[in-house]
Amino acid sequence: MRALVTITRRPEIADPEGATIQRALVDLGYGDVDGVRVNRTIEVSLPGRDQEYVLSAVRAMCEKMLANPVMENYEIEILG
Amino acid sequence: MSIGIITFPGTNCERDVAYAFEALGADTEQVWHRETSLDGIDGVVLPGGFAHGDYLRTGAIARFSPVMAAVEKLAAEGRPVLGICNGFQVLCEAGLLPGGLIANRDLRFICRPVHVRVQSPDSILTRAARPGQVLTIPLNSYEGNYITGGDAVRVMLRYTDAAGTLSDAANPNGSEGAIAAVANTAGNVAGLMPHPERAIEDFMGSTDGRILLESFVASLEAVPA
Repeated sequence: MRALVTITRRPEIADPEGATIQRALVDLGYGDVDGVRVNRTIEVSLPGRDQEYVLSAVRAMCEKMLANPVMENYEIEILG
Repeated sequence: MSIGIITFPGTNCERDVAYAFEALGADTEQVWHRETSLDGIDGVVLPGGFAHGDYLRTGAIARFSPVMAAVEKLAAEGRPVLGICNGFQVLCEAGLLPGGLIANRDLRFICRPVHVRVQSPDSILTRAARPGQVLTIPLNSYEGNYITGGDAVRVMLRYTDAAGTLSDAANPNGSEGAIAAVANTAGNVAGLMPHPERAIEDFMGSTDGRILLESFVASLEAVPA
């Protein structure tokens, strides 16, 4: 089973890369774009494990290493 | 009194740091990140570079290197632990210092001398300095933008202009509160983004780094047995 972890910057922390992309999108004619955030995804594969195990293991991985709560939040999605 | 210089794969300032401390008369020992013991070491420095490729986040992998358990033990004993640049990032990831470091405000790698003002002498980094003193030290980083994350922080150095005045223009990387260096509550663990080891001889353009490194050396002897 695979899990997709999406790491996002905490909303109060500026995302200069996202802001730069947003300005370029506006220049391209997408003037109604009012926010761009650049996130990171990590795919974790745990063969032969059930969903409950994968969710709990990947959550522990996020808490220990994959995400830093000082600057980031995370979400976990089971890919099946 | 021996200073352990911790080297991770991708660390690249370990020889500069050894050179600088030896120039001040201190003994140094290179310590590979797979070591699990720091016996005979009185204090450690985590030098700059790109530990473990800076993958995931700067310092995020290095903080799990085997040697870090021994570094944490040394820190808990009150021994001096200093992180310079990437080493500062590792100490934040390890939770030995509060806050964290993200990409510079302008998304540019910064490599130039900057001015920092001493905020407090109460740490192994600043004990030989006087509050308000302005030092010129090179900065060399992309992820040098310090954020507190809401944590209480003991600030040791702030970015200012040459006169010691805070301003947005004098804050090179957008750090919260123009913070350039912090310490833990006890003052025995400290981290800074600029490189004091690159400001110790006249040909380097500044010798102001000596004050900070001398503070560290003096702290080696001040620890209670």
